[in-house]
Amino acid sequence: MSAPYEEATEGKVYTVSGNDWSELLETLTGQQDEQLVINMGPQHPSTHGVLRLILNLDGETVTEARTVIGYLHTGIEKNTEFRTWTQGTTFVTRMDYLAPIFNETVYCMGVEKLLGITDRIPDRAQAIRVMMMELTRISSHMVAIGTFGMELGATTPFLFGTREREMVLDVMEYITGLRMNMAYIRPGGVAVDLPAGAVDKVGELLKVMPKRIRDMRKMLDANPVYLARTKDVAYLDLTGCMSLGVTGPMLRAAGLPWDLRKSQPYCGYETYEFDVPTQKSADVYGRYLVRMDEMEESLKLIEQALDRLSGPLKNGRVMVDDKKIGWPSQLALGPDGLGNSPDHIAHIMSGSMEALIHHFKLVTEGFRVPAGQAFASVESPRGELGAHVVSDGGTRPYRVHFRDPSFTNLQAMPATCEGGMIADVISAVASIDPVMGGVDR
Amino acid sequence: MSTDNLPEIPEEPIAHLGMFGTSGTGDTSGYGGLVVRRRPELSSPRPYGGYFDTIADELERALGGDLFDAVDRVVVDRDELTFHVKRERLLDVAQILRDDPALRFELSLGVSGVHYPHLVGEELHAVIHLCSITHNRRLRVEVSCPDDDRHIPSTVSVYPTHDWHERETWDFFGIIFDGHPALTRIMMPDDWDGHPQRKDYPLGGIPVEYRGAEIPAPDQRRSYK
Repeated sequence: MSAPYEEATEGKVYTVSGNDWSELLETLTGQQDEQLVINMGPQHPSTHGVLRLILNLDGETVTEARTVIGYLHTGIEKNTEFRTWTQGTTFVTRMDYLAPIFNETVYCMGVEKLLGITDRIPDRAQAIRVMMMELTRISSHMVAIGTFGMELGATTPFLFGTREREMVLDVMEYITGLRMNMAYIRPGGVAVDLPAGAVDKVGELLKVMPKRIRDMRKMLDANPVYLARTKDVAYLDLTGCMSLGVTGPMLRAAGLPWDLRKSQPYCGYETYEFDVPTQKSADVYGRYLVRMDEMEESLKLIEQALDRLSGPLKNGRVMVDDKKIGWPSQLALGPDGLGNSPDHIAHIMSGSMEALIHHFKLVTEGFRVPAGQAFASVESPRGELGAHVVSDGGTRPYRVHFRDPSFTNLQAMPATCEGGMIADVISAVASIDPVMGGVDR
Repeated sequence: MSTDNLPEIPEEPIAHLGMFGTSGTGDTSGYGGLVVRRRPELSSPRPYGGYFDTIADELERALGGDLFDAVDRVVVDRDELTFHVKRERLLDVAQILRDDPALRFELSLGVSGVHYPHLVGEELHAVIHLCSITHNRRLRVEVSCPDDDRHIPSTVSVYPTHDWHERETWDFFGIIFDGHPALTRIMMPDDWDGHPQRKDYPLGGIPVEYRGAEIPAPDQRRSYK
């Protein structure tokens, strides 16, 4: 029996489903075709979700590589146009699902810019945002490096990576109530203040994490197999990065210390001390090193933010001091989950009729945002994440567009893969670290 | 009151009637007769402030004459500078913005579309956000086209990163980027009808029942202006 094939306009099409390679070989023996077109994905474990690659092969060399995306398009941008500005965070957090806090923060920064309240966001809220973002950066990089190891055939990095990420997610759950997609950052501040014990919980993570990062480095930094698969693979120099709009670790691995936290600081990053790690090799290994170094820098940032949150900023608001914008942020854990605090409910239900009307209007109708457009951007784990937010003066966004770094960086796939070996395609894609939720939105 | 010393502002089309923008139910507020006209689209006056003047001056110099030959309007709003560029001059302007040593916007953050059905004659906008790493500056370039002539020149030759971004904008808004190497759908399936993020494209959805009450689909719910 031979592998089934059908005649198509392009030539013979073979369908291989695994465990039938010997049959395929039998069929192909004596064939004269030199070009082989391989369709990889969208359901393939090493394509990072539903990414589809079409590879033109000459032997084992990739002569042409094309990407097909859109399998995870969820219409989030369209959906936000039919919800209030505050509800928007619940949608955008689901875009890049490995870095939800960044999506929320950049969206809220855009809305705050439109509202003109950027300078009035309380310092405590900003410090919480910084801490949450840096925690997320660690968990995101851990997944990037972990899945990368698995895709190259090593399962230990994956186990290490997910274990470390789990620690971060535990902290997230403790603080926000949810492990992912938490809609915690809101226009004007954050949804709720840190619960009691959160500082200790993050402190514990800070004690354990440095050793865990060291373990990962011990395992991979000089591992001969790892080096063979990553050194001088998927080279993309600065010119390539610039013209393709590539930002983030890929750009910094090409030698340019461009990090928005330093060059165009937001959320108070200018008051923190940290370095921007770079490499000069512009290859997969360089990108790995940049990510490892960034996690160490993130730890420094978390430590500083934590010092502020338990010191000078111990008490203070976490929501802007404008009753027309700020949602009630004194939430409490009730029998049916996190909700408005009993004090707030007592106030609106039996204390003040005006407060009830105000609460009802703010929650159902939402606040109005003056007409105009704004662009906010943050340095997400994958590069520059931008939000283009347009308002027509109403209670709903007129248009929300996300410039997702995964989407843009993925365009570099052909540039890094063509001319290389097919096995290196896996390394190349993994080093771009695309998250399809962000690519397709 | 004398109006002699006031600038002449053209009478703009009506934006909406009434104050609260409700429809369907009777307006009991007494504000139903209010007429709100659209804000006139005017250029911001000089000085623009900060490095914005430098960008405008340098672009004017590089264009060799009048800035407003190539730019319809310059808007400074919320600490952001926007050039509304005439679409036939978009390629020149983009090339200058990228290559002129005094401007050097080498990083583009892509193209985003916006559909304004009420702006007759310029319904579709393509918004490009540029960033200069050399000078650490930002700039927004906006181009518009009428709905019945949806053509905008492609800037892929200047910013290769626009390849996917322009495909996305075509897919979602139906703007045809002339000169794009392969303007095909990117998010929606190839055989999809329509351009989903236009305002005349419905969101869809079905009403759901929740504790005995029927909750209408999101695009059917009451909204406020």
